[in-house]
Amino acid sequence: MATAKKLPKRRGNLRPLFDGPEWSFELIQKVSDAIGEIGLGELGLDIYPNQIEVITAEQMLDSYSSIGMPLMYRHWSFGKRFAHDEAYYKRGMRTLAYELVINSDPCISYIMEENSMTMQALVIAHAAYGHNHFFKNNYQFQLWTQPDHIIDYLGFAKTYVAECEERYGQEAVETVLDAAHALMNQGISRDLRPRTRNVAKREREKAERRRAHEEATYDDIYRTLPEITKEPIVAESADSKNEQRRLGLPEENLLYFLEKNAPKLEDWERELLRIVRLLSQYFYPQRQTKMMNEGCATFVHYEILNRLYERGQLTDGTMLEFLHSHSSVIFQPAFNDRRFSGINPYALGFAMMNDIRRICTEPTAEDRDWFPQIAGCEDWMATLREGWAHYRDESFILQFMSPKLMRDFRLFAVSDDSKDAAMEVAAIHDEQGYRELRRRLARHYDVAAQDPDLQVTDADLSGSRRLVVTHRVRNGVLLDKTEAERTLQYLARLWGYRVKLVETDIDGGRVLKEHEALPMP
Amino acid sequence: MQIVDRRLNPKSKSLGNRQRFLRRAKAEIREAIKDSLKSRKVSQTEGAEKVTIRSKSLREPNFSLGRNSGQRDYVLPGNEEYQVGDEIPKPQGGAGGRGSQGSPDGEGQDEFTFTLTKEEFLDLFFDDLKLPNLVKVKLKDLKAPKSARAGFTSEGPPARLNHSRTMRKSLGRRMALRRPSQAEIERLEQELAAAEAESPADAAKIAEIKGRLEHKQRLRRTIAYIDPIDLQYNRFERVPKPTTQAVMFCLMDASASMTEPLKDLAKRFFMLLHVFLSRYYREVHIVFIRHTSTAAEVDEETFFRGTETGGTVISTALEEMLKVVRARYSPADWNIYAAQASDGDNFHDDMPRCLELLDDEILPVCQYFAYIETTHGERFNDTVETPVWHGYKEVARQRKNFAMRRVASPEDIFPVFHELFSANGIAA
Repeated sequence: MATAKKLPKRRGNLRPLFDGPEWSFELIQKVSDAIGEIGLGELGLDIYPNQIEVITAEQMLDSYSSIGMPLMYRHWSFGKRFAHDEAYYKRGMRTLAYELVINSDPCISYIMEENSMTMQALVIAHAAYGHNHFFKNNYQFQLWTQPDHIIDYLGFAKTYVAECEERYGQEAVETVLDAAHALMNQGISRDLRPRTRNVAKREREKAERRRAHEEATYDDIYRTLPEITKEPIVAESADSKNEQRRLGLPEENLLYFLEKNAPKLEDWERELLRIVRLLSQYFYPQRQTKMMNEGCATFVHYEILNRLYERGQLTDGTMLEFLHSHSSVIFQPAFNDRRFSGINPYALGFAMMNDIRRICTEPTAEDRDWFPQIAGCEDWMATLREGWAHYRDESFILQFMSPKLMRDFRLFAVSDDSKDAAMEVAAIHDEQGYRELRRRLARHYDVAAQDPDLQVTDADLSGSRRLVVTHRVRNGVLLDKTEAERTLQYLARLWGYRVKLVETDIDGGRVLKEHEALPMP
Repeated sequence: MQIVDRRLNPKSKSLGNRQRFLRRAKAEIREAIKDSLKSRKVSQTEGAEKVTIRSKSLREPNFSLGRNSGQRDYVLPGNEEYQVGDEIPKPQGGAGGRGSQGSPDGEGQDEFTFTLTKEEFLDLFFDDLKLPNLVKVKLKDLKAPKSARAGFTSEGPPARLNHSRTMRKSLGRRMALRRPSQAEIERLEQELAAAEAESPADAAKIAEIKGRLEHKQRLRRTIAYIDPIDLQYNRFERVPKPTTQAVMFCLMDASASMTEPLKDLAKRFFMLLHVFLSRYYREVHIVFIRHTSTAAEVDEETFFRGTETGGTVISTALEEMLKVVRARYSPADWNIYAAQASDGDNFHDDMPRCLELLDDEILPVCQYFAYIETTHGERFNDTVETPVWHGYKEVARQRKNFAMRRVASPEDIFPVFHELFSANGIAA
């Protein structure tokens, strides 16, 4: 938990940058310059150029409903989300975020006009420096996202969907998008590997190359040469093994598979699937690094604002307002608290960053034991930057969570078997439990282990055209039946023929359950 | 660092999404509105409407792990006394200790509450009544002011140029500045010609005439016939509709033969009438009078909910209405509208009295009197006439401000209004 700290000593004699709640564009410029000086100069952050955009509450709601993106194609589900958020907001049941930041180059941060100047400073340090640094340096983001293209791509997606609506009708487009959204979580490729491209396309390209070669080397003189009779090409044996290999099965990315192989889809429908798939993939790193990302941003804003205060650039009032809002962000209620809703990523993230700093600067014997590489290394900022760059939530916890932190949070692990009437405490924050606790917590942050593991395992393209999707069941946790059947219906709609979903045990391969769906006419 | 002010960007970026969302859930929303009409006040057609729908078409399923099978584990903060091996009873409902973590729109799964704007509400409300589109537009466009002449102005588009005004100003200016007329110049030219024609030419006279002519011509050149300052344009101002007040009397038979569906029809009729009236009058009062064999002014709740036993004497309601008019709504200050709903039953002896009241007292002070007879589908045929229908037919023939209709379902309601407004010429 966050420890109560006294206000740091003011050493600097710089004039305060601002006083009072009013903000202006000049002030924001001045403050972000000062923040940049510390963030880039002292903390060594490495960021995309910043673009800060001031928006109203209504615009914030707008961006909420379009999953936080500045541009989005039109779909009823966004309207539903907006109606929902708006209702909550108007009844005062939900407050809006102070800021929204987009992983793009330049990095766009939205800040609300209602914020006080203190909040604007906090938000700029948090989003425009903290998140921005993380986006630019974390390997997950580097691997999966193209921040310089995303805005353009969204622009393309928006116009493309609009054009499709015009040409094929809203309903037709909706049918495809509904189905694609249902499969969005199965639109992610978790591992990079070379793709064998869609067979027809590959053949077409080969033919294209052949034709181009013939054209380039065409010489009328050779026409008189005797023709070489070629051996007739043996028809490829269409046994199922071969076909599976050609289709690249098993395939975990359902949307990708459908886009490339679904027999009945039109080209524009494939393009829509591709749009949804790419968006899903774009958000995947965010899901994998939620805790670290927030921890990094929270740590950065806390450090920067404290240093500004130490230099004398913030007033006492500003500092108190900042601390108030900071401490409510990193509040972690206990499991039996009415307000508890899981582990707060801000709280855990911020605590971990602080803990790493402590291990670097004031290690205990225990820390030296657990973290021989970093304990007492002094350069905590470099250690943190290193961590932010090369880990995701799961591996970060495995690598850096210290026994002290588990004690501070008073973490304990519970096993829950649906067959038993009670849950059992499996590990607590003690000598025997640390490693088990850490392992379990890390797994909890492993997105791949939290999402159901679905794969296309068989597809018959020449005969019955049946598609088989296998859910590899871990720990006996089956899919939610009604949801799965509804989703399967969507899958069948895209595939165009019968679809079967088999739930098999990951260990024994025993079939636990089967669902089937036919496309509705 | 670049700072951009986006606050002035166009609002409601998600309007398109909203329209798609409403289209998608239209059937369910319409159901919800139908339900909500029951609890709604007649005058409450204004303002936003909160609707809760349980919608199949708004589902967004995905493959998610079920809650009732297999083993799972959690890591929780805030351990107080647990040791390894301790058992914790499961919370009721099998939520498994994960607190309220769930999908953001997980509340009530399929149930979904949101607010319709007034526009959207009226749209769907009218949809059910099968209003012609033009009428819908007129009704929804509640604030459209009228443009009215408001004097003249020196600036404006050419189309608004007021010719006679402009010419009048031009004339005045020309007179004030003594601009020579064409005739004057012609006269001088003749004089000059005459002087030049004289055999001993009088050089001095010719020079003098020439001088005068030149002066006049210069004046004519410098003083324009129409100067920009002469221009006068018609000026228009956007003025709100004449603000007047109206009172609407709702009369209804409250005897047991008026069943719930019949009352519901009547209520829709009253609501629509209220929408129409509030479109034209700034203030619309509603008076509810219900009757059996006696009549009383009641509040809305009692009007629609309460059932009384007793016979049906319509004249009592008409008398009650006249009493209220005399007491509170002088016909000189108020536009009086009356709408009567009944299933067509009345004591035979009472009909002459009703007709007399209508003819002599009520219709002369009323802008309009609408009678609707709510019927069940099977009774809806012209050969069987109810006592009231039979009696009122004669009145309808003679009086222009009296309309009567049989209504078996909501879409029958609109024609009454069509007549009402074409007859009165209120709606253009």
